[in-house]
Amino acid sequence: MHSFVYRANALLTFAVTILAVMCAMASFSDNLNVPSPTAEVQVLNINWFQKHPNGNDEVSLTLNMSANLQSMFTWNTKQVFVFIAAEYETPLNSLNQVSLWDGIIPSKEHAKIWIHTTNKYRFSDQGSNLRGKEFNLTLHWHVMPKTGKMFADKIVMTGYRLPDEYR
Amino acid sequence: MDWQGQKLSEQLMQILLVLFATVAFVTGYLMGSFQIMLFIYAAGVILTTLITVPNWPFFNRHPLQWLDPIEAEHYPKPQPVASKKKPTKQYQK
Repeated sequence: MHSFVYRANALLTFAVTILAVMCAMASFSDNLNVPSPTAEVQVLNINWFQKHPNGNDEVSLTLNMSANLQSMFTWNTKQVFVFIAAEYETPLNSLNQVSLWDGIIPSKEHAKIWIHTTNKYRFSDQGSNLRGKEFNLTLHWHVMPKTGKMFADKIVMTGYRLPDEYR
Repeated sequence: MDWQGQKLSEQLMQILLVLFATVAFVTGYLMGSFQIMLFIYAAGVILTTLITVPNWPFFNRHPLQWLDPIEAEHYPKPQPVASKKKPTKQYQK
């Protein structure tokens, strides 16, 4: 601590070390928050359902989703990424996931959402397995923090079924 | 800056930074704002820099007491020693 530059260096080093500790503590404080999001998705309509010449099934849906994701937001949350995936089982694969819609929620004020939309991304199966298929709609989310650990979880909504015939 | 001043400066720096960090974290957490935490801490770092880095007069209250020059002359000064190689050679002859 004998010179100006030495003192400045010591202070800067210590200040940055403490900043890192503060960020680690902020990340740790996210564990104290227990989110209780709610979500509800309805399939309002099967717009069309067809088999492509290449043998793949594809379906177009109209979805209505209402969700309250406000409890995910803490002081250390930058944004939340959410997506709805159709999940179903086929003889070849025990889990198929097809993303139908996604969105980025930038703040707590925008975390109460109500959306009426057709599927944003194509719902097609690699094969011809969709007729009469039972599927789940799952709301996945990734909570992106300002510092530290990212959290991910999901809500599984069961009991959806595709029609038995192409239309 | 004298020895006591250096010690004081280092301790002040560490205590102030930890103090500001604690205040910033608690305030930020309670107000639910990461930004407030960073602003309080940044202000604390700047204030701490202004207090502990410049050589303020209060870091110089304990100047070193040097011996008087007269007292130093009582003791013999160290004399340069002749180089070692030559004497050993002469001794062998």
